[in-house]
Amino acid sequence: MNYEIILAGFGGQGILSAGRIISVSAILEGRNTTWFPSYGPEMRGGTANCHVIVSDDEIGSPIINNPDILIAMTLPALEKFEKVVRNTGFIIADSSLIEEERLKEAKSRVFPIKATQIAGEMGHKAYAMLIMIGKLIKETNIFKPETVEKALYEVLKQELHKLVPEEMAALSAGLEM
Amino acid sequence: MSEKVLIKGNEAIGEAAIRAGCRHYFGYPITPQNELTNYMSKYMPEAGGVFIQAESEIAAINMVYGAAGAGARAMTSSSSPGISLKQEGISYIAGAEIPAVVVNVMRCGPGLGGIMPAQSDYFQAVKGGGHGDYRNIALAPSNGQELYELTVKAFDLADKYRMLVMVMADGALGQMMENVEFRDREEPLIVEKPWAATGTGMKREKNSITSVYINPDELETVNNRLQAKYHEVEENEVMYEEINCEGADIVICAYGLAARLTRNVMKSASAEGIKVGLMRPITLWPFPKQAVGALAEKTDTVMSVELSAGQMVEDVRLAINGKVPVHFYGRTGGNIPTQDEILDKIKEVLGKEKK
Repeated sequence: MNYEIILAGFGGQGILSAGRIISVSAILEGRNTTWFPSYGPEMRGGTANCHVIVSDDEIGSPIINNPDILIAMTLPALEKFEKVVRNTGFIIADSSLIEEERLKEAKSRVFPIKATQIAGEMGHKAYAMLIMIGKLIKETNIFKPETVEKALYEVLKQELHKLVPEEMAALSAGLEM
Repeated sequence: MSEKVLIKGNEAIGEAAIRAGCRHYFGYPITPQNELTNYMSKYMPEAGGVFIQAESEIAAINMVYGAAGAGARAMTSSSSPGISLKQEGISYIAGAEIPAVVVNVMRCGPGLGGIMPAQSDYFQAVKGGGHGDYRNIALAPSNGQELYELTVKAFDLADKYRMLVMVMADGALGQMMENVEFRDREEPLIVEKPWAATGTGMKREKNSITSVYINPDELETVNNRLQAKYHEVEENEVMYEEINCEGADIVICAYGLAARLTRNVMKSASAEGIKVGLMRPITLWPFPKQAVGALAEKTDTVMSVELSAGQMVEDVRLAINGKVPVHFYGRTGGNIPTQDEILDKIKEVLGKEKK
C-alpha cells in the first residue's frame, strides 16, 4: 500500500489536524507515514495544506509532486493542486464551498461532498474534515473506520475528547456518501 | 522500552536529547527550529533539567560551554543565522576540548535569508565556521528515526572524543511529522569526566578548562593532540549508506532531505531503464572519503544533489579525484528540487534524450 494525499484549504478548516488524524491512524495500523505541512510564505493569505504519505514501505521524500488523492476544501486549493493529481487518482472536493459546475472542469475523477454544509447541520463545521476522511476510507480502505476513533483520542486535546462521538458520526456520514 | 509515535522532527530531537541524558538546554528562538526549543521548555523541567531561553544565540552557546565544562550533557539549537552567531563559542569549545551538541535546523541563506529548508551550511559545519584548526563531527539524519538516533549518538560521540558534535537537519525534516520509535538505551549511561571543572573537594589537583595558550610550543602541542584525535575520528566514526551503486548508470551523492528525494528518483528512473545508485553520507565530517572514492570503480558517473549552490560536491570531487566526472544539481532560496528536475538532470548528464 502506498497512498500520497494532499489536503488543502484555508487555515481554520482543520486541514493540518485532519492530516495528523490520517497519519496517526496509519501508525496505529502498523504502517509508515509522513506528514509535511505548508510553512513559511506559502501560508500567507490564509491557505493551508499538508502532504500525507501512508505506505507499507520506507518513505522517500515527504514532499508530494503528484498525489493519488487531493482533498480540496476551497476553490484556491483545487486550482493549486488539481493539475498534478495522478491520472489514476481522484479528488474529494467540498461542494458546499466549491461550485459543482467548476468541479466538472477538473480532469480527474471528482467526488463532490457537501462536507461543510452537512457538518454544520450535524453541529459544527469543524466536523467537515471527518466527513472527508470517511469518504477517503470508503474509496480506498486506507484503514479501518474504528482506527480513526483511537487516532482522534491521540490527536485531540483532552478537553475535546467529549466530541469524539460526534466526530465519529461525521466520519460515518462520509462513509455513506 | 520502546514506543512508536507521530512526532515532528524538531520534537524528536528534543526527546532524543532528554533520553540521552541531556539535562541542560540553552536556546534562543528562530524558525524553523522553534518546536525544539518549545519542546525543551516543556519537558526539560519535567525531566529535572535546566531550560534557559538565553538573551541571544551567543549567550546560549557560552552557557553550553560552561555547563559542559562542568561535566553536564549540554545542548543548544538554532537555525543558520543563529548558528553563525555561535561560531566563536564553537571554536572555543573545540579549543577547550569540551563535549557539546549543537543542532542546526538549516534554512536558506546567505544573511537573514528565508525560513525555508536548505543545506547551505555544509561548508560552515565541516570546514570550520569558526577560527583555528579545528573540526567538529557533523551528523546528517534523513528521517525522523535518524533525527532521534543520531541526536542520542551525538552526545555519546561528544563525550567519547571531547568534541562538539553538530546535528545537521533542515527546515523540512524539522517541520515534518513521521513515525518514530523511541528506544531507551539498553545499558545505563556511565560517562567518566575526570577532566571536568566540578570542584576539587580538596581531594585532587585543580582542573583547568581553557583555550588560551600564549606559548607557541605549548599551543602547537595542543594542536597536534587535536589533529591526532581528529585522525582517530576519521578512522573510526565514518557512517554512510550505500544503495545499488555497483554497476549503476549514475550514483547520486546526497544527504538528509536530498537523499530522500533521490530515493524516489531511483524508482522513477528505474521505470525508464536508468539505474541510479545512492551514496548517502551520514557523517558529513568525517566525510566517507574512501567509500565515495571507491564509487569510481562502480560507476562511470557521479552527481551530487543538494539544497545548496554546490558545497558537498567539493568533497565528492576530492574523494573521486578526477577518476570519473562529478556533476552537480541543486536548488537554493528554500526551493526543494523536484524528482522530475533531478531525473531530467540525470538524463542530461547521461546524454540521453529527454522524454
